[in-house]
Amino acid sequence: MVAPVTSLARSGLGDWVVQRLTAVLLAGYVLFMVAWLFAHAPLDYDQWRDLFAHTWMRVFSLLALLSLCAHAWIGLWTLSGDYLNERALGRKALLVRFLFQMFCGAALFGYGVWGIQILWEL
Amino acid sequence: MDVQVSVYRYNPERDDVPRMQDMTVAVPDGKDLMVLDVLERLKAQDPTLTYRRSCREGVCGSDGMNIGGTNGLACVTPLSEALKKGRLVLRPLPGLPVIRDLVVDMSLFYRQYEKVRPWLINDTAPPAQERLQSPEEREQLDGLYECILCACCSTSCPSFWWNPDRFVGPAGLLQAYRFLADSRDTAASERLSALQDPFSVFRCRGIMNCVNVCPKGLNPTRAIGHIRTMLLRRGI
Ligand code: SF4
Ligand code: SF4
Repeated sequence: MVAPVTSLARSGLGDWVVQRLTAVLLAGYVLFMVAWLFAHAPLDYDQWRDLFAHTWMRVFSLLALLSLCAHAWIGLWTLSGDYLNERALGRKALLVRFLFQMFCGAALFGYGVWGIQILWEL
Repeated sequence: MDVQVSVYRYNPERDDVPRMQDMTVAVPDGKDLMVLDVLERLKAQDPTLTYRRSCREGVCGSDGMNIGGTNGLACVTPLSEALKKGRLVLRPLPGLPVIRDLVVDMSLFYRQYEKVRPWLINDTAPPAQERLQSPEEREQLDGLYECILCACCSTSCPSFWWNPDRFVGPAGLLQAYRFLADSRDTAASERLSALQDPFSVFRCRGIMNCVNVCPKGLNPTRAIGHIRTMLLRRGI
């Protein structure tokens, strides 16, 4: 039995909505970045720094980063429930799944904090 | 014409592990048989071969099995379509415990079906004769009520293989929607609440294996989409 306590919203509907919304935001960010890079080719460091000097760009990037973390967490949580469950691994499933989720959570949290440091030059 | 058949055999009282048994069966020339007819001929050769069957015309849903890698009803699958490279390969429905040969234990499947409370819930006083529906309201049930619970869909769904104890599966969800869509049912809100967790509905990943195999041509993925929309409408 895989209990949903570690799911982000503790409701399938919540997870599902979050995953769709973050996907849209990430798609928007990627499209923007690709378009911007094409528009500014060949790119130099000053242009790149100017772009990230704008607060809106930092906020947009932060949103994309948080979306990525939330999206990845839901995906990895789902994956752990599919492949690291009692049916697949037997009795050790709980421990394996818990360690996997801890690792993913710590990694995503780390990336999030690191991303904020980079964006605000902390 | 002789047809080569490879059948999954397992008798837990005698065998440690399942095996595939090769058999040859003579079928009349110039005539297409159904896979069930071939099975009957095989059983005449070896009476220990075990499978479920009843109506032999795609109504009872008891002879669902894996035919040449695809789930289907043996009684309505023509041999000509089932042959892969001139061979017929028969296995039990995947993902459920095998009781013997082609017979699987359907308990998990039925438990998920039971979970969606597949009956009409309406506590208002019934009218003298019957609860009426307009033709339009009745139309909403088309493509839903025809399900014969053969389990071909749920046992072809990877999400059901991984979590058969928590994910309701396409067959159960099709029936869940059948009652959500019924104008005479008054328990929509409770039904939706029971489906909101991360597993019951949301383990569906839209792979559409279920649609691919349904011998009645039903579309569980679409019904699951409708349930999601109903949950979303209620949740926002
Ligand atoms: S569409 Fe959903 S229910 Fe159907 S096979 Fe795919 S995951 Fe399973
Ligand atoms: S939806 Fe189709 S495949 Fe699934 S149980 Fe019903 S009849 Fe069988």
